[in-house]
Amino acid sequence: MLNESRKQWLSYLATADEDYLISLWDNLNMKIEYNWLREPEIGSVMVQGKAGATGDNFNVGEVTITRCSVNLNKKIQGHGYVQGRNKYKSKIAALCDALMQTEKKEIIKKNILDKLVKYKNNKRNEILSKTEATKVDFFTLVRGEDK
Amino acid sequence: MYVSVKGGEKAINNAHSWLSEIRRGDVNIAELNIKQISEQLTLSVDRVMSEGSLYDKDLSALAIKQSRGDLIEAIFLIRAYRTTLPRIGSSKPIETSKMLCLRRISATFKDIPGKQKLGPTFDYTHRLLDFKLLADGEYDKAKIEKYDDKEIPHVLSFLNKEGLIQKEIPSGKTSKDITRNPINFPLTRSERLQSLSRGDEGFLLGLAYSTQRGYARNHAFVGELRTGYVEVQFEIPELGIEINIADVMFTECESVNQFNGSKKIPAQFTRGYGLVFGQLERKAISMALVDRSMRWKEFGEEYLGVAAQDEEFVISHCDNIQATGFLEHIKLPHYVDFQAELDLVRKIREEYKKNGQRT
Repeated sequence: MLNESRKQWLSYLATADEDYLISLWDNLNMKIEYNWLREPEIGSVMVQGKAGATGDNFNVGEVTITRCSVNLNKKIQGHGYVQGRNKYKSKIAALCDALMQTEKKEIIKKNILDKLVKYKNNKRNEILSKTEATKVDFFTLVRGEDK
Repeated sequence: MYVSVKGGEKAINNAHSWLSEIRRGDVNIAELNIKQISEQLTLSVDRVMSEGSLYDKDLSALAIKQSRGDLIEAIFLIRAYRTTLPRIGSSKPIETSKMLCLRRISATFKDIPGKQKLGPTFDYTHRLLDFKLLADGEYDKAKIEKYDDKEIPHVLSFLNKEGLIQKEIPSGKTSKDITRNPINFPLTRSERLQSLSRGDEGFLLGLAYSTQRGYARNHAFVGELRTGYVEVQFEIPELGIEINIADVMFTECESVNQFNGSKKIPAQFTRGYGLVFGQLERKAISMALVDRSMRWKEFGEEYLGVAAQDEEFVISHCDNIQATGFLEHIKLPHYVDFQAELDLVRKIREEYKKNGQRT
């Protein structure tokens, strides 16, 4: 389900519902040895918009981001950049990123990433189908004076 | 000689204890939790995120709880917290044309690709109190329908094709982040837009209303209003890979305003722009109108001396935390300042008594 590019899996991890990602990870019950390259740190990213949607960039406001980096077996690095302020979510993201570069990638893909994709698609479908139900169908009334 | 005065420590501590107790309210009533606030008072949460200039629902809900529902106090808490966060970087500019819309309407064209979609709106409600909400937990469920998952283009892009509206083209001007650099007038439009997006909703509403009533010549139509989620793209510094780091809800308003033209360019509509965090359409529309009225110079229009055209007036006063900080500080002790004034007025009165006239 997931195209195995790093850009994609990092995106799904970053925007995952934190409770859902944590439950998926905890259920796997994996024991992973790692070292911190960067311990979890809460910060912000300034979000930019475009004037008139196509013109000059401008700063709209910031969004909270947590990041950390891990090292597996002192050779594989994983980076966890996630939305929000949950350090555990960030650590899970970094470990998943690292594990996706190892022989364990099938386990992570099947048990975590594919499920995150499905979760996000379901949310998207829910919004689209509810929005569609509020679509306005215009109709015109034929009035007498045109005769 | 200056004699410093100390005291009031016990009074302050006891005042804070009472604040804590009164915030909790009647203990026989269940305590509010943060998730209840972020799920059920969503639009308060959105306002605090927008004016606090930090997109984080849980923090915003916490601030609302802590401030007893005083939204400006809550915004103050968020602003204070925001300053403690290390800045990891800046996103790529968002693509609002790719928004996952909950709502998308145009007041200028009836039939538009992507159609008019009302979304969860208060519009068309009768504004009658719903006493059902007093009684039980019943609610209507949203209806669903089959859809086409197609990108919804901006309405104004159609006017653009005919050259009927002024185009928004990047000017190449660099803009400063107003939260990191002191502002110097005149500002770039980008700096104005940043200020407006975190500005006070009430202040912007009042100014926008003033332009509608004639204090600045800019009759506005809502060309398009949309609310939904937009992917925020950010380049991971260690990897050089751009990822979707956050999904953020925005409301965007594009206004269509009266003409502008010259010997070189035939008459065409002009536009204003509003973009804010959350589902805050009153604020997004207000922002678009005020953005437009401050563009008078760019369009070679007359300066009518009204508030909404004056960027220094608007930008210097639209920030409710700056405003309330200065306003509320006058309730803190000014005993020495006032003593000086009191001495002065006594002296003037004495001289008046002596001379029988003002000196």
